[in-house]
Amino acid sequence: MKMVKVLGSGCAKCRSTVALIERVAAAQGAAIALEKVEDMPTIASYGVMSTPAVVIDGSVVHAGGVPTEGAVAAWFGS
Amino acid sequence: MGELVRRPQKLLPWCLAVSLGASAWLLAYTHLTEIADALLAATGLTRETRLGEALHFFLYDTPKVLLLLTGIVFVMGIVQTFFAPERTRALLSGRRAGAGNVLAAILGIVTPFCSCSAVPLFIGFLSAGVPLGVTFSFLVSAPMVNEVALVLLLGMFGWQVAALYLGLGLAVAIVAGLVIGHLRMERHLEDWVQQILAGKHTNRGTDGLDWVARFEAGGAHVRDIVGRVWPYVLVGIALGAGIHGYVPEDFMASFMGRDAWWAVPAAVVLGVPMYTNAAGIIPVVEALIGKGAALGTVLAFMMSVIALSAPEMIILRKALKPALIASFAGIVAVGILLVGYVFNLVL
Repeated sequence: MKMVKVLGSGCAKCRSTVALIERVAAAQGAAIALEKVEDMPTIASYGVMSTPAVVIDGSVVHAGGVPTEGAVAAWFGS
Repeated sequence: MGELVRRPQKLLPWCLAVSLGASAWLLAYTHLTEIADALLAATGLTRETRLGEALHFFLYDTPKVLLLLTGIVFVMGIVQTFFAPERTRALLSGRRAGAGNVLAAILGIVTPFCSCSAVPLFIGFLSAGVPLGVTFSFLVSAPMVNEVALVLLLGMFGWQVAALYLGLGLAVAIVAGLVIGHLRMERHLEDWVQQILAGKHTNRGTDGLDWVARFEAGGAHVRDIVGRVWPYVLVGIALGAGIHGYVPEDFMASFMGRDAWWAVPAAVVLGVPMYTNAAGIIPVVEALIGKGAALGTVLAFMMSVIALSAPEMIILRKALKPALIASFAGIVAVGILLVGYVFNLVL
């Protein structure tokens, strides 16, 4: 089970990031717990400078924009 | 692995597509008048009628603006891959007031920026030791002196006006940052921001990107920006076309001309609650100027609309106490006022 967090202020790109991750994880049958983080102090505590950002199991794997589908698939692959 | 193996093979198609696209772009851009004339002739109207003149304006400006926008946004998407926020922060960290403000304002043009991530960026800068005033120079310059505004001014008014806008926009950003730095307003950051500044920050660079990734970033930038702003551009040009065809000459001179001293402040105040992008507003600006509005007044309005936006203030309020927000807005507004008056005096 991977703990996935999407950091973002609730903009359109953050919502599409969440939807993309849900879709790819479902397609791959990957077990994830997805959480959306909109609280600014929490977002800032991860040290990201551009949102949406993605955190998996505590480490930042992506920042600034909607990730590509290939990148998301790679996070959940293997 | 599969992704890595396929990459070099994608570079050639990208290079071909970019050179083909550039040639088609040049061909279309150098024949804008012919295209508009041909399209107008197809409707059976002539430029002698008001409707015909308005339609010709629309048919000429729409391809022109969309071509300029697509071309420059693609190039900027590539340029921005060299200036990730983390890179800009590293360049600015430890800079002192003065040179730091100048550099921050310039980097504001090429660093990707979205007002929705203004707060994390703000904190990222401060936590790496970028002074508050230098950070504000960046925050003023990034939305105001953007590629879309510059391109449209260049295309519609020529390089002199674009250069003046660039120079004065940078000046407002530099001076606003210097003033805020001088006021030592660090204690007006929200408490959680002050606590977090001692915290960690990650470094994610984009230096390792290959050219396929950079071209793809350019393409994504076009889809993102042009995909988002084209309806505003069309509405803006349609409004501009209406003004161009139907509003009498010098109509605007009476209340937006340079003799009306109150026009500049009124334009700035009017601009704050409005929230649009440069792409939507510049065609309107062009048409207003064609009818006798003073350039300084109209540019002050434009700067106010894109640099002082209510939504960005609301987002920044999460990290800044009211006194700092008010100083920020006040200082930038004064800067824009000065720009408006200077433009009206000089031109």
